Amino acid sequence: MDRRKFTRFHIEVSVQPSLASVIFFSLLAIILAFACGGIIFLFYHISPWVGYQTFFQGALGSWYAFSETLKRTIPLLLVGEGLALAFRAQVLNIGAEGQILLGAVAATWVALFSGLPPFLLLPVMFLLGFLAGAGWALIPAFLKTRFAVNEVLSTLMLNYVASNLVLYLIGGPWKGKGVRGFTYTDTFPEAAWLKTMGITRVPYFTLLVGIVIAVGGYFFLKKSALGFELRVVGSSPETAKLLGINEEKIVFLAMLLSGGLSGFAGVGEVAGIHHLLRHPDHISLGYGYTAIIVAWLARANPLATIVTSFLFGALLSGGDALRVSLGIPFQVVSVFNGLILFFLISTEHLSRYRIIWGDTKVVENYDS
Amino acid sequence: MLEEKNRWEEKPVEVAFNSITKRFPPDILANNQVSFEVKKGTVHALLGENGAGKTTLMNILYGLLLPDEGEIIIRGKPTKISSPREAINLGIGMVHQHFKLIPTHTVSENIVLGLTSTPFFFPAEKAEFEIKSLSEKYGLKIDPRARVWQLSAGEKQKVEILKALYRRANILILDEPTSVLTPQEAEELFATLRAMKEEGKTCIFITHKLNEVKEIADVVTVMRKGKVVSTTLPSQVSLEELARMTVGKEVISVVPRKITSDKTILQLQEVSAMGDRDFPALLNISLTVRKGEIVGVAGIAGNGQKELAEVIVGLRPVTKGHIFLEDREITNLLPRDIASSGVAYIPEDRHLGLVGEMSVAENLLLRGYSQPPFSQGFWVDWEKAEAYSEKLISNYQISPPLSDIPVRILSGGNRQRVVIARELERKPKLVIASHPTAGLDVSGVEAIHKLLIKAQEEGAGILLISGDLDELLKLSNRIVIMFRGEIVGEKEKEHWTEEDRREIGLRMGGVKR
Amino acid sequence: MILELILGTLNRALAYGTPLLLATLGEICVERAGVLNLGVEGMMMLGAFSSFVVAYVTSNPWLGILGGAIAGGLFSLIHAFSSITLRANQTVSGLALTMLGTGIAETLGRNWEGKVLSSPIKPFSEDFLSLFPPGVRTLFRDSNLLVVGSIILALVLWFFLFKTKAGLSLRSCGENPAACDALGINVWKVRYMAVFGGGVMAGLGGAYIAVAYRPAWSSGMTQGMGWLAVALTIFSFWNPLYAPLGAYLFGALFHLAFRLQVFVAPEILNSLPYLFPVVALVFVSRLAFRKKIGVPGSLGKPYERGEWE
Repeated sequence: MDRRKFTRFHIEVSVQPSLASVIFFSLLAIILAFACGGIIFLFYHISPWVGYQTFFQGALGSWYAFSETLKRTIPLLLVGEGLALAFRAQVLNIGAEGQILLGAVAATWVALFSGLPPFLLLPVMFLLGFLAGAGWALIPAFLKTRFAVNEVLSTLMLNYVASNLVLYLIGGPWKGKGVRGFTYTDTFPEAAWLKTMGITRVPYFTLLVGIVIAVGGYFFLKKSALGFELRVVGSSPETAKLLGINEEKIVFLAMLLSGGLSGFAGVGEVAGIHHLLRHPDHISLGYGYTAIIVAWLARANPLATIVTSFLFGALLSGGDALRVSLGIPFQVVSVFNGLILFFLISTEHLSRYRIIWGDTKVVENYDS
Repeated sequence: MLEEKNRWEEKPVEVAFNSITKRFPPDILANNQVSFEVKKGTVHALLGENGAGKTTLMNILYGLLLPDEGEIIIRGKPTKISSPREAINLGIGMVHQHFKLIPTHTVSENIVLGLTSTPFFFPAEKAEFEIKSLSEKYGLKIDPRARVWQLSAGEKQKVEILKALYRRANILILDEPTSVLTPQEAEELFATLRAMKEEGKTCIFITHKLNEVKEIADVVTVMRKGKVVSTTLPSQVSLEELARMTVGKEVISVVPRKITSDKTILQLQEVSAMGDRDFPALLNISLTVRKGEIVGVAGIAGNGQKELAEVIVGLRPVTKGHIFLEDREITNLLPRDIASSGVAYIPEDRHLGLVGEMSVAENLLLRGYSQPPFSQGFWVDWEKAEAYSEKLISNYQISPPLSDIPVRILSGGNRQRVVIARELERKPKLVIASHPTAGLDVSGVEAIHKLLIKAQEEGAGILLISGDLDELLKLSNRIVIMFRGEIVGEKEKEHWTEEDRREIGLRMGGVKR
Repeated sequence: MILELILGTLNRALAYGTPLLLATLGEICVERAGVLNLGVEGMMMLGAFSSFVVAYVTSNPWLGILGGAIAGGLFSLIHAFSSITLRANQTVSGLALTMLGTGIAETLGRNWEGKVLSSPIKPFSEDFLSLFPPGVRTLFRDSNLLVVGSIILALVLWFFLFKTKAGLSLRSCGENPAACDALGINVWKVRYMAVFGGGVMAGLGGAYIAVAYRPAWSSGMTQGMGWLAVALTIFSFWNPLYAPLGAYLFGALFHLAFRLQVFVAPEILNSLPYLFPVVALVFVSRLAFRKKIGVPGSLGKPYERGEWE
């Protein structure tokens, strides 16, 4: 540790940054990312100023823009909450993309093939969707606890399997009638459509659930015994072992919740936006990966995730506006995502300076 | 004997330390004006307890650290050694206490690693011949093609020595080399050292074992708390004197405390356990702690004390023997169950006892969160937790007195107070305290001692493991000494004398009566 | 007839597997030095894009290949900087770079959508192939210099890692950087070079796709191949000699999925390459195995002097 005395305070490099420092460097990362990203606009012979204007208009400039932002915030919020809980336990679930798809698949089955009465459709869709996502996540959880298989790779690989599963279903047994070319299923019956708010196309049910989960997640972590254990396992596994906290239980819990919430989000997408099952990329839209940044930027804090998911919802919506108005491909959003994440982790290093109380005296002994 | 001394004085100086001083923040003085000479063609022992400064000094010689003051003189020339590479170029090699080998690679690959002079193609294969001849010359039998993970500790050490010899080392530093060796392997090592001496090589041998000094060293420098106590010929000094030099002379005045009860709280019966490196760590340990008694465990670190604490609290499996808490057997139970039976643990490793990112209040609750009065089904009663935290902060004088700051930002002494507060407040029957005051300043040490005495007065039995003999003499009613995983001595006194200190020092150094 | 089918499949496997092999060899290099690089996908995309542009503009496919390699290498230095110097979380850094690289390539690539290279790298000519027996002819029918070059590269890399001094240093930095530091090896320099080498090879892989395999630009050129390379690194147990086997196996599976889609849904065979590495990991994780087969001991952990055992 490096200490320089400064009257009665010492400046010390430590691992625990202050809240002010965290917020400052997060904003700095975003600003730097945008500054760098602006260069992309030049390649399209558009001045960055115009580019940014269109971007912000598209994200927040009108009620329509705002609703588009909200539409995208919802899945990011749901998935992000789950990932925040998982990251808090040091479980790196990179498989949200696939877990979203599994939820969508389960919902599609219920809507089109289960033969349930109409009033049961939506509730069962959400229930099974949650379970499907959770189940998909439990596979890497099992591999991790039983075989010490690193969950980053196992969850990632399962994303591709999930994607293939959807492709198989929409092109094969679940192919819609009279479909040629791009494949997709039949449209869901009306009873399986999520109600939206007014003329906007924002499904309010999933939005509400997202906020409830966020608040609930916060209290869970802060006030419940299980949440307490989760935090101990995530911060200091050795201490957890000493105290007898069951690490495996926590890993399963983290995966179950994050997988389930992703599945839930997947149901929201097919029931609220698409009303059918189509090409996996169009369902998950990279939400699974973007939500990783959402959770990371929020430092895995459930309440902060509300803010960051909204931020990225705006980002995605703005990116869409760039595509529509200026012809810049949608993937430019990836550029911003990547830059933000990159600057975040690079400046994390800088946010570790802090002030500590305490006196020091000379001790003539050193435990070598 | 005088002849011997003359012979030693006539030899040329290979390495001289001249007023070496090294500080570590926060203001720890590891080496304090260290000065002595090492002569060519000798085995020079560096003797001292933990914290004497021996390893720091050798790290400076090997270029891993730079001294704040003073200089090193190699063969008459003042030299600045600022990296291991420079040390190697000067002919200095180091055999570390914890081997720096790569298990999946072969012996040969480990030996040639990083050498600029080896050929680019097939470096490991081309070195085999020379490795074989070196190993024969110095009695270090090893197969160059063996993979390191297959080797025993003694064989691994041979690889480390060959690494240094292959690099034409003339000065070899060995850090506690016999700590992982069987007696036969230690003999082989000594034979190797003697062979190196014949070749005119110089060995610096860090140890805490007094017998070894007598057996293999031509000269011994005793260090204590960062300073050189003396540099003498082992043949001219008795074991007792060596022990006295190592552990010092101060007599600690102790407040006599009588034990009021004969009731046994902890009993170990012939307990054995394995260490981390497939080496037996505990051998047939039998020991008792009575109610209201402080039993100090003396010994140099690495002789089984860590493992002793771990088997009692359930973090390490017992392979033989039994452990009893009062009359209940707790051998190999889960840590959680042992703790809830009334055993408090103040671990050696601070990170183990605390979660840095969590607040003081949360850390104070780490043991009690799932039990009444704090547990309310699924939830934790944080109001009660806050109140509890405030009470403890006040009783144990934790500073700054704030419940919701992360424990990471507290100073070392205060962090330790949090651990102790949490553990002692439960009114445990047994306290296992492992190096509770390591690295703390004087007032911090005082405070913790007071807390331990208070716990004793309230009837707890305390097992105090410490590398600081002064501390043990100040607090213990009875002291046991550990050496190589066994208990080699036991003494019970109301007042400890200088004689006791010396005898304990002898036992700590492995001398048997 | 069966032989024809097998050889024909292998032929396509070679063609498809080459970029995967190149990226995997690069990743083996990087991970052997102790750095986890999850940005391979981004580096491949950037390599593909840069090589395409250079080849298009200069009408010289080999300059394009060079351009792709350089682009991949330079981009990887960003990851090197954040992982090695800043000691940031390597998993997240890699992910960020994948997003960044893919995003840049896709965004800038839109202007080039649908454009075709007038002079891509052509497969071996019929005259050249006629020098070899018929079996070999079928096997290498769609192959070119790069395909053969990548196989040779695998051999060279194996030799480099296991039989040379520099390779020994590199592997040791991945196993035990503290030991290397104590012997005077500059761990950071070694890791930087390894990451750069890996980036160059990933860029080469991407370049191959754009300039030889499918010499036209379209969205999603690499199709997750970068992730497969990361998986394949584990599946080949970090040994360059096994990498071609895995790469061609995966290539064959993808081709078979296409060929046999009348009988078996292609998606099933397409999923297999993603499941193999997971199975491999189960075996790798057995601790006894760990000593014999190499997960590099320090993989993913930043090295800081002063952190002894």
